Amino acid sequence: MKYLKTLLASALALAVSAPVAMAEWQPRKPVEFIIMAGTGGGADQIARLLQGLIEQKGLSSRPFIPINKPGGSGAEALRYMQDKAGDDHTVMMTLNSFYTTPIIQEDLGVDVTQFTPIGLMAMDTFLLWVHTDREDITDLDSYVAAVKGAGLDWKVGGTGSGQEDSVLTAMMEAAFDYEVTYIPFPGGGTVAKNLIGKQIDSTVNNPSEQLAFYEAGDSKPLVQFTGERMAAFPDVPTARELGVDIEYYMQRSVNGPPGMSAEAVEFYTDLFQTLFDSAEWQEFCVSDGLTCDGMLKGGDLASFHASQVEAHKKLIAQVGAGAITGE
Amino acid sequence: MSTRSAELLMAAGLLLLSLGLMWNVTADDLHIGWVEGRGPGAGVWPFWLSGGMALASLWTLVRWFRGATPESRNKAPYIDGQSLGLVLISFAALTVMLLLVHVVGTYIATALFLGFYMRVIGKHAWRSTVSMCVGMVLLIYFLFEWQLTKYLPKGAKAFEDGFLWIDNFRWQYLM
Amino acid sequence: MLDIATLLGAGLLQAFEPLNLMMIFVGCLAGLFIGAMPGLGSVNGVAILLPVTFLVPPTAAIIFLAALYYGAMYGGAVSSITLGIPGASTAVATVFDGRPMAQQGKADQALTAAAVASFIGGTISVVLFTLFAPPLAVFALKFGPQEEFALMVLAFATFIGLGGDDIPKTIFSILLGLVMAAVGFDIISGQPRMIFFDFVELQRGIGFLVLAIGIYGIGEMLWTLENTKGEVRIHAVSSTWKSFKKNLSHVREYLPTTALGSALGFFVGTLPAAGATPASLMSYGLTKTFAKDPDSFGKGNVSGVAAPEAANNAASTGSMLPMITLGIPGSPTTAILLGGMIIWGLRPGPLLFTDRPDFVWGLIGSMYVANFVTVALNLALIPIFVRVLAMPFTILTPIIFILCFVGVFATTDRMFDVWLMLLLGLGGYLMRKLNYPVAPAVLAIVLGPLAERSLRQSLISSRGDVMTFFERPISLTCMLLALALMIYPIWLNVRRRRAGATSGTE
Repeated sequence: MKYLKTLLASALALAVSAPVAMAEWQPRKPVEFIIMAGTGGGADQIARLLQGLIEQKGLSSRPFIPINKPGGSGAEALRYMQDKAGDDHTVMMTLNSFYTTPIIQEDLGVDVTQFTPIGLMAMDTFLLWVHTDREDITDLDSYVAAVKGAGLDWKVGGTGSGQEDSVLTAMMEAAFDYEVTYIPFPGGGTVAKNLIGKQIDSTVNNPSEQLAFYEAGDSKPLVQFTGERMAAFPDVPTARELGVDIEYYMQRSVNGPPGMSAEAVEFYTDLFQTLFDSAEWQEFCVSDGLTCDGMLKGGDLASFHASQVEAHKKLIAQVGAGAITGE
Repeated sequence: MSTRSAELLMAAGLLLLSLGLMWNVTADDLHIGWVEGRGPGAGVWPFWLSGGMALASLWTLVRWFRGATPESRNKAPYIDGQSLGLVLISFAALTVMLLLVHVVGTYIATALFLGFYMRVIGKHAWRSTVSMCVGMVLLIYFLFEWQLTKYLPKGAKAFEDGFLWIDNFRWQYLM
Repeated sequence: MLDIATLLGAGLLQAFEPLNLMMIFVGCLAGLFIGAMPGLGSVNGVAILLPVTFLVPPTAAIIFLAALYYGAMYGGAVSSITLGIPGASTAVATVFDGRPMAQQGKADQALTAAAVASFIGGTISVVLFTLFAPPLAVFALKFGPQEEFALMVLAFATFIGLGGDDIPKTIFSILLGLVMAAVGFDIISGQPRMIFFDFVELQRGIGFLVLAIGIYGIGEMLWTLENTKGEVRIHAVSSTWKSFKKNLSHVREYLPTTALGSALGFFVGTLPAAGATPASLMSYGLTKTFAKDPDSFGKGNVSGVAAPEAANNAASTGSMLPMITLGIPGSPTTAILLGGMIIWGLRPGPLLFTDRPDFVWGLIGSMYVANFVTVALNLALIPIFVRVLAMPFTILTPIIFILCFVGVFATTDRMFDVWLMLLLGLGGYLMRKLNYPVAPAVLAIVLGPLAERSLRQSLISSRGDVMTFFERPISLTCMLLALALMIYPIWLNVRRRRAGATSGTE
C-alpha cells in the first residue's frame, strides 16, 4: 500500500514538474529505435552504428534501443508505429518498403505521409552486377542480348518479392522488353554470394553488398541506376547516359510515429543532424557507397516522402503489383 | 475425464485444426498447386502438410477405435485428480501475472506472482518470501533493464511514471 | 605450412595482449551468463553488446564478441541441463539427454560432459579453421539452394529416429512444426500466409524460441508438477573435487562421439545458411543411430549430451569462416558480427585475409585462448549451477515461469509472443500427456523455413525440374547419404529380427 502511495505521489510530482522540463525536451525513458528489417541487413547496420555513436558521444540522456520488427516486409513495423501515434519515445529507421508495403498491402491501414519526418540520413544506390567470368558481357547492350538469348533461363537474384530490387528488376524487364526468372534470397549478402558461386546470373545489389567481391575481382558492375556517376565507380555509366530512363534509390531515413510533439521532433532532428555531420557517419557513407550530401528534414523530408509515395504508386501500377509479388 | 476420452477428443480436435488450416490457406487465395515453370506455389507447403496432419489425426482416430494405442485403453483420469488443483492454480496464477503485466507492469506483477506462489502454495515464511521477491525484482532490473538495456513492459501510465521516477535515480547518481 | 605457423604465432601473441586477454575473459563470462538464461542466446548477447564495442579497437572488439559467442554456446547447455529449457535453438538437442541426467542426480556429470565436449569441439574446429580456411571458402561458394535443400533432407533423415514409438503422432508433430514454420510472410511470393484473426504480429511468423520456451518451459513445468504431485525431488548434487575428478574420468566414454561431432559440426557450420542448429541435431541423430545401445538415448546417455555440444561449438567456429572469407553469415549471430565488422571499417570478403592479417589471425588466436578460458570458467562454475536444482519446487517453479516470460519478451519485444508462448505451452502439455512427442515439432520449426525456401528456390531456378537435386554432385551425395540413413535403421531391425529368429531355432 505504501508502495502504491509512493508511486502515486511520484506520478503527481512528475505531472506538476512536466511543464518546466519542456523548455528543453529530453527523453525520459529509453527510446525505441525500430528497424523495419531483420538483424544483419543494411538498415540494421546503420541503426546499430547510429545507436553506438549516440552512446559514444553522449547525445541523449537515455539510450536508444534498436528493436527489429521485420515481419511482412516492414508491415509489422509500420502498424506498430501507427499504433504508437503521439508517442515521443519511438523512432524508426526506414527503407523503401516504407513506401511499397502500404501500397501493396492496402488493408494495413497505414498512411506514411502522416508519420513524423525526422531526417534523411542517406541514399543507397543500386548497380547491375554480373560475374567477372562472363566475358561476353561487357556493357548494357551485350547484357541485354545475353538475357534475351537465355530467356527464362536467365536467373536474377534478389532479396524477396515486393522488395526494392524486385521493383527495379520489374522496371528493367519493362524497359528492355525481356523476361527473367527472379529468385528471392534472404538478405543482400546471400544474393551477392550466390552470384559469385554462379547460382544466379545477375543481381541489382547495393554497392556495400558487392564491394568486397568487386575489389577481389569476382564481380563487375555494368550500369548504375543513379542520376550521376558515383565517385566510387567513375567508369560505370549511368542508365540515363545510355538512354534508359531508370533512376532508383534506396532511402534510409528516420521517422517518428504520427503526432509526435514539436519539442520531441526538435530534439530528434538536432540529434540526427549532429550524427549526420559527424566524421564517423561521413566516413561510413564513403566506405559503404552511400550518398550523403545534406540531411533532408522537416517539411522538405515530408514532401520528399510524398513524392516518393506517388512515384512508387505509379511504378507499381506500371509494372503491375503481380510482377512484384510474383506468381 | 478419462485418458481414453481425452485421446478421442484430442485427435478429433487436431483433425478439425488441420482442416481449419487447410481452409485458411485456400481462403487466402494462395496457390496450392504446381505453378508451371516455378515449382510449388505459396500455399503448397502449408496446405498439403496440413493435409498430412489431418491424415495423421485420422490414423490416430482409427487406432483409437481399434484400441491400438495404450492411451485409448487407459480409463484412468486424464489429469491426475490429486495434482489437478496444483496444475490449474499454477497455470491460472501465471495467466493472471501476464494480465497484470499489462496493468501494473513487469516488476509488480512478477513480485506478486512469486509472492503468491511461495507464500500461498509453498507456505514459506514471510521473511524468505519477501526477500526472494525483492531479490528477483532487483535481478531482473539489473540484468535486463540495466545491463541488457531492455525496456520491459511497464503497464498503465501511472505505473510507468512511477517506475521512471525510481529509474531516474540510476541515471542521476549511478551512471 | 610454415606461413600458417608464423601467422598463427603472431595471432596468439596478439590474443595475449592485456586488453585482448581481458576482452576474452569478460566476453566469455558475460556470454556464459547470457546463454544460461532461458531465452537469451548468443544472438541477443552479441546484438545488445555490439554498440559497446565501438569504444575499443576492431580486433579487441571482435575478440570480445567472439568470446561472448563462445561463452553463450557453453551457457546454452547449462540452461538445457539444469532447467530443461533450451536457451537457444542450438541447445535443443542437449535437452534430450541432459535433462534426464539432471533428474537422475547426474547434473554435474552432464555439465562436465557438455563443457569438455564443447572444448574439444571448439579446439578441433579452430585447428581445422586454421588449416583449411581458404579451400573451404571455395567449397562454400558451390553451395546453392539445391545443396541447401539436400542438406535439410539429410538433417531430417538423421533424426528420423528421434520420435516416440507412436508413428502417427510423431508424424503429426513433425508436420505441425513444419506448418507453423510457414506462418508469416512468404519471401518467395511476397504474400502473407496463415495470418490468423488478422494479427499483424503473425506476419513475422512464429519464432522458434516462442515454441521451444512454451513447450519446454511452461509445458514441461506443468507436466513435472502433475507427475510429482508437487514433490519435485531432483537428487541434490554435491559437487566436490572428488566427484569432479570422477566426472572427468568418464571422458573416455564419449571421446569418439565428441571427435566425430566436432568434425561434423565444423563442416556443417562452414556452409552458409546452415549454422549450428542442424549441426547439433545431426550429430545427436547420427550418434544415436550408430550407437550400440540406441534405446538408452533420451534417458540420460552421456554421449547424447557430448555429441550435440561438441557439434554446436564446432559449428559456431565454422560459421565464422563464410563470414570472414565471403562476407556472408552462417548463423544469425554471425550476421550481427558481420554488421559490426562493417561498422568498424573492415570489409569481410576474399581480400580480408591478405589485407588485414593482423585482424584475422588475432581473431583466430583468440579463438584458441577463448576455448581454454570458457572451459575453465565453466568447470569452475558447475558447483554453482547445480545448486539451482536443490531449490524447493515452490521457489524454482515460479522463477522458471518468470524467466520464461522475461526471456521471451527480451528476445522479441512483444507481449504478443509471451501470450503465444503460454498458449503453445498449454497445448504442448495437453498433447504430451497423450504421448504426442514434442521434440520433432520444435526441430521442424527450426528447419522448416530453410527447407521450404531452398526447395522453392531450387525449383524456380530449374524451372520446375525436380531432377535438379540429382544432377549436381554435392546435392546428389547428400541425397544418397540421406537415403542410406533412412534405410539403415530398417536394415538393422531386419537383421536383428533375423538374428533373433536364428537364435530362437537353436
